[in-house]
Amino acid sequence: MSIAVIAFYLFAFSAIASGLMVVASKNPVHSVLFLILAFISAAGLFVLMGAEYLAMVLVVVYVGAVAVLFLFVVMMLDVDFVEMKQGFLQYLPIGGALAAIVVVELIMVVFVWAFPSDAELARAHPSPTAAQTITDPNGPTNIEALGLILYTDYVHYFQIAGMVLLVAMIGAIILTFRTRDGIKKQDPAAQVGRKREEGYELVDIRPGQGLS
Amino acid sequence: MGLLETLSFARPELALAIGAMALLITGVFLGDKAASKISISAVLLLAVAGVLVFVSPGGGATTSLFDGAFRIDAFSTFCKVLIYGAAAFAILMSDRYLAGEKLGRFEYPVLIVLAAFGMSLMVSATDLISLYMGVETQSLALYILAAFNRDSRRSTEAGLKYFVLGALSSCLLLYGASLVYGFTGSTVFTEIAKAAAVNQNNAGLVIGLVFMISGLAFKVSAAPFHMWTPDVYEGSPTPVTAFFAAAPKLAAMALFTRVLMSSFPGVVEDWRPVIALIALASMMVGAFSAIAQTNIKRLMAYSSIGHMGYALIGLAAGSASGVSSVLIYMAIYIVMTVGTFAVILMMRRRGGMTENISDLSGLSRTNMPMALILTVLLFSLAGVPPTAGFFGKWYVFLAAVDQGLIWLAVAGVVASAVSAFYYLRIIWFMWFDEPTPAFERDHGPALGLAAWGSAALMFPVLTIGMGYLRQIAETAAASLF
Repeated sequence: MSIAVIAFYLFAFSAIASGLMVVASKNPVHSVLFLILAFISAAGLFVLMGAEYLAMVLVVVYVGAVAVLFLFVVMMLDVDFVEMKQGFLQYLPIGGALAAIVVVELIMVVFVWAFPSDAELARAHPSPTAAQTITDPNGPTNIEALGLILYTDYVHYFQIAGMVLLVAMIGAIILTFRTRDGIKKQDPAAQVGRKREEGYELVDIRPGQGLS
Repeated sequence: MGLLETLSFARPELALAIGAMALLITGVFLGDKAASKISISAVLLLAVAGVLVFVSPGGGATTSLFDGAFRIDAFSTFCKVLIYGAAAFAILMSDRYLAGEKLGRFEYPVLIVLAAFGMSLMVSATDLISLYMGVETQSLALYILAAFNRDSRRSTEAGLKYFVLGALSSCLLLYGASLVYGFTGSTVFTEIAKAAAVNQNNAGLVIGLVFMISGLAFKVSAAPFHMWTPDVYEGSPTPVTAFFAAAPKLAAMALFTRVLMSSFPGVVEDWRPVIALIALASMMVGAFSAIAQTNIKRLMAYSSIGHMGYALIGLAAGSASGVSSVLIYMAIYIVMTVGTFAVILMMRRRGGMTENISDLSGLSRTNMPMALILTVLLFSLAGVPPTAGFFGKWYVFLAAVDQGLIWLAVAGVVASAVSAFYYLRIIWFMWFDEPTPAFERDHGPALGLAAWGSAALMFPVLTIGMGYLRQIAETAAASLF
C-alpha cells in the first residue's frame, strides 16, 4: 500500500464520517465544525487527484467564508432544537415512506445503469483531466487549464454567473439597507475644517444659579 | 465565429444587461427622487430590446451560439417579444401603486429589467447549464420583487416562501439535470436527444427527466407543485403580482416546451403521461380551489394554476400543433392577465387599495367602463366564445384530440365549465348586486391603456385576427422541430 492509497482512505473515511456527524450531532455548532472537517477532507481528496487549485479554493471559500458564516448564523440564532425535534415520531411514517420511495428509485437507477456508447468519451473530453496534467509536466497547470476554458468555451456561463451575483447583491442591499436618522458619522472634511470659535463657548455663571 | 461576432447575435440580451447596469448607476447617483425617470427609461430600454430581437444580423434565421448553449429562432423571438411587453407593462402599471404605498424606489424597474434578461436567456437556452443559469437569474430577481415591500409582514413572508420553495425546485431541477447529463454524456439538448434515441428504456434518464419536469412544473406553478402560488400572489405588491402572473409563466412554459421537444423527442411516450397528469391536476386545482376565494389576488393565483393546466395539455400532445397551441394559449393568457391586473390596480378607494371580490359589487352602476372591461376579460378567462380565450382553449383541446388524448380534452372541458362558475359569479356581482362605494377615477394613463387594450384584444381584435396569430405561432413552433 502506497502512501497515496493510505491518504486516500484516510481522507475518504474522515469525509464520510464527518458527513454523518453533521447530521447526527445534537449540537448545531458541532455540526458546523464537522462540516468544516468534511470540507477539509474533500480538499485532501482533490489534492490526491491532482486538482490542487480546487482544493485551495475549497479551503479558502468554503472553510474560510461559508462555514464561518454558518457558525455565525448558528450561534446568533436562538433556535430551540429540542422543540424542533418534537414532531419527529409524528412525521416518521410519511417521511419514512418518502425515504423508502427514493431508496427504491436509486436502486432501480443503479441496477439498470447503462451508458450510451460515446458517453464515456464525451464526459472525459470537456477539460484536461488531472491525470493528463500530471503526466505532462509541460502541460497547462490546473489554474491555467481552468482559465483557458473559462474565458473561451464557457464565457457565456461566466458572464451570466456575474449577472446572477449582481442581482443577488442588489437584492441584499434592497432588503436590508436602511438610512437611519440621528446616528453620528465620520465626516473628515467637516471635522478638519472646524474652527476654534465653534468648539467652545464662554459662559458667565453667576454664583448660586448654575447653568440653565 | 469570434466572440464579438457571436455577441452581436445576442443584442437584445446585451442591451438589457448593459442597460440595467446603466440604470442602476444612474439611480444610485440620482436617488429615489428620479424613480419615475428611471422607470420610463427602463420601459424604453425594453422597447429597444424588443426592436433588437428583429434586427439580429442573422436576419431572423435560426442561429446557435456558444457551442449550442444559446439559440435564436422563431420560437425564442415570439416569446421574447411577449416577455419584454409584459415586463414593460409591469413597470408602467406600477407608478401610482408604488407611490401610494411609499415604495417608489428606483430598484424596482431595474429588477424587472434584470428579470426580463433572465427570462430572455431561459427561452433561448439549449443547454442544461444555460437553462439553469437563466432560471436562477430570473428567479433571484423575482424573489427580491416579492419581498419588495420589506416593511410589510405579508410581503416579506411571500418573498421568503417563494425563495425557500424556489430553491427546493432548483435542487430538483439540478438533480434531474445531473442525472440526464450522467446518462447521456452531454449537456447540449441536441446531443441529449441523440443519446436518448439510441438508448431506449433508460431508467436513469427517465428518473432525471421526471425530476426536471418537477422542477419546471414548480416554475410554471402547475399542480402538485402549486402550493406557493396563492400566498406569494396575495402577499406581493400588486404590480409585482401582475408581473409574476404574466412574463415568468411564459418564460418557464417556453423553457418547459423546449426542454421536452428538443432534448426528449424520442422518449415522448415516457413523459407524456407525466405531463398529462400534471395538466389534469392543475386544471382541477384551478377549477375547484378558486370557488371559495374572497380575495381577488388569490383567485387570480388559482386561475393561473388552472390556465397552466390547459397550456400543459398542448405540451402533452407533443406535436407541432401542440407546441403552437401552447404558444397561442400563453400569448392570450398573458394579455388577459395583464388587463385583469390593470383592473385590480384600479380598485382604489380613498382609504387605499381594496382586494376583495365583494368590493366589485354593483360596479356597472358606479363605473360602467371598468365593469365592461372586466366583464370582457372574465369571459375570456372563462373561455366563453367569441372571446380570444375560447380560441386558446379550442386549439389546445384540438391538439390533444389529434394525438389521441381524448380523455384529457374532455377533462379540460369539464374543468373550464367548473371554473366558468367563479368567473361568472364576479360578473353577476358587478351587474346585478347592490353597489358599494365607487372607486377613484384617477388611475393614470398606463392602467387605462393596459385595461382597454387587453379587453379590445380579447374581443374583438384577436377574434378576427386569430388566423394571423396562429400563423405566427405555427412558424415559431416549426423552428423547434
